[in-house]
Amino acid sequence: MFRHRNDRGLKWLLSGVALICGSLVIGIVGFLLVEAWPVFSSGQIFAFFSDGAWQPGSDREPQFGITPMLLASLAVTLLATALAVPPGILAAIFQIYYSPKWLATFQDRAMELLAGVPSIIFGFWGLTVIVPIINQIRPPGQSLLAGGIVLGLMILPTVSLTTRAALQAIDRSLVYGGAALGLSRPRQIFSIALPAARSGILSGCMLAMTRAIGETMAVVMVCGNIAKIPHSIFDPVRPVTSTIALEMGYATEGHRSLLYAAGFVLVVLTGFLLLLRRREPVL
Amino acid sequence: MAAVLSVGALLWIVLDLVKMGTSQIDWEFLTSGVEESGRAGGIGPVIKSTLLILMCCLLVAIPFGVGCAFWITEMVSPGSRLTAWLTRSVDLLASIPSIVFGLFGMAFFCRILGLGFSILSGGLTLACMILPILIRTTLAAVQSLPPDLRLSATAMGLRKSTILSRVLLPRAFPGILIGFTIGVARALSETAALIFTSGYATRSPASLLDSGRSISVHIFDMAMNVPNGATRASASALVLLLVILMINYLANYFSDQWLKKVN
Repeated sequence: MFRHRNDRGLKWLLSGVALICGSLVIGIVGFLLVEAWPVFSSGQIFAFFSDGAWQPGSDREPQFGITPMLLASLAVTLLATALAVPPGILAAIFQIYYSPKWLATFQDRAMELLAGVPSIIFGFWGLTVIVPIINQIRPPGQSLLAGGIVLGLMILPTVSLTTRAALQAIDRSLVYGGAALGLSRPRQIFSIALPAARSGILSGCMLAMTRAIGETMAVVMVCGNIAKIPHSIFDPVRPVTSTIALEMGYATEGHRSLLYAAGFVLVVLTGFLLLLRRREPVL
Repeated sequence: MAAVLSVGALLWIVLDLVKMGTSQIDWEFLTSGVEESGRAGGIGPVIKSTLLILMCCLLVAIPFGVGCAFWITEMVSPGSRLTAWLTRSVDLLASIPSIVFGLFGMAFFCRILGLGFSILSGGLTLACMILPILIRTTLAAVQSLPPDLRLSATAMGLRKSTILSRVLLPRAFPGILIGFTIGVARALSETAALIFTSGYATRSPASLLDSGRSISVHIFDMAMNVPNGATRASASALVLLLVILMINYLANYFSDQWLKKVN
């Protein structure tokens, strides 16, 4: 098959390229581990999860608890998902079953554009528009709620576009059968179409959550960045990603290892979500 | 209702930025240097750094992405272990948060390769980030080509390299173009991976080893670290948003055209 010299060269070249691409992810995780190694070897990893506060720079009583940030990341992500999923799914249903064609096309375009808006712009907009509004209700404005709203808007198109794709992919005859049985339109949608598209919709939501948990710029700008466990949605929080972004600039040796360890935790979280997405049986 | 809400949100963001930003954008703003950490002057050097970072990123990412996709389709038998391993690691790569790419870039490109905070490190970090996009779109494009194409070319006794460069590559080009535009949009909008790899410098970069801030880092810095910087930042944000919207529109246009042709 590879009789020509060119072809053999090409094969080696492409194999090399593919090898590099494939090992990149291993390299990245490996680097995180190497850089975070002091945290593991010194046993700080236990303090990492058990300490209640995060003061890695303090001389007298340094504390290395990532728990407040981890909770903040999860809280912001869950809030964003809770805010984005219902309107995202409803928008997709409207688009497929109710809207006239021109409006559906327009909505498609708008969603695709919204999906492409850079996160820094969401963050900037949240900082200048959403935060002042929340500030009027309950200061300081930079809060868990602001983060949830901004992230929610950001992942809304992901939810809506994947739901639409999942609904379009189901077997049409199922819905027609429902119609033939004389079921009402909402009943056809909620009892037949949605359950049939369930796995696609769920994996879309997981994808949205992956995006939300890894988001840095939007949350760093609107969440207030105080590393405490929040007690209400108006409290400022500081997710893991923000911590890395804020502290990497001035972190010294030991502190930096902690941040790399935090990055490793993030990769584990997103990798876990990816696995969950895979597990979903595809109908 | 829900649809109105979603579309309304987009309009709200765009209109807000237009309202805040338009009055400040003119030719002067786009070309002159950054003064008083952004409160005066323009974003000329920032645009230059952004373009240089983008160039580095694409020059590295495109050959690797396209090569990797061709390796999967042409060099190994489909369904083999190697392919499974490769697609899985590309999936994982795509799910890694951008800030983690920043951490990696800082450790590998800046320190171990000794590139320091530079445009080159930033570009290489972004290249790692958009690689999965390029691989996937190229893969989709090549796999959608009719199998007869490859068979008849082989039957004619063409070399593999000729088949790739003369038959498959031109046919897959529209698909690769879509991946290219999406990749550009993704790279332009990235901030988190760049803060610790390309740095914050506002002067005009003289070489690829100079530090230079991209436009998204500029917006971030203005909004967070410069008192009263937000109004000025909105102008940069508007520039970025318009460029991104345009690129995404192009990507959609290309893929529509392509789908029409395929069907």
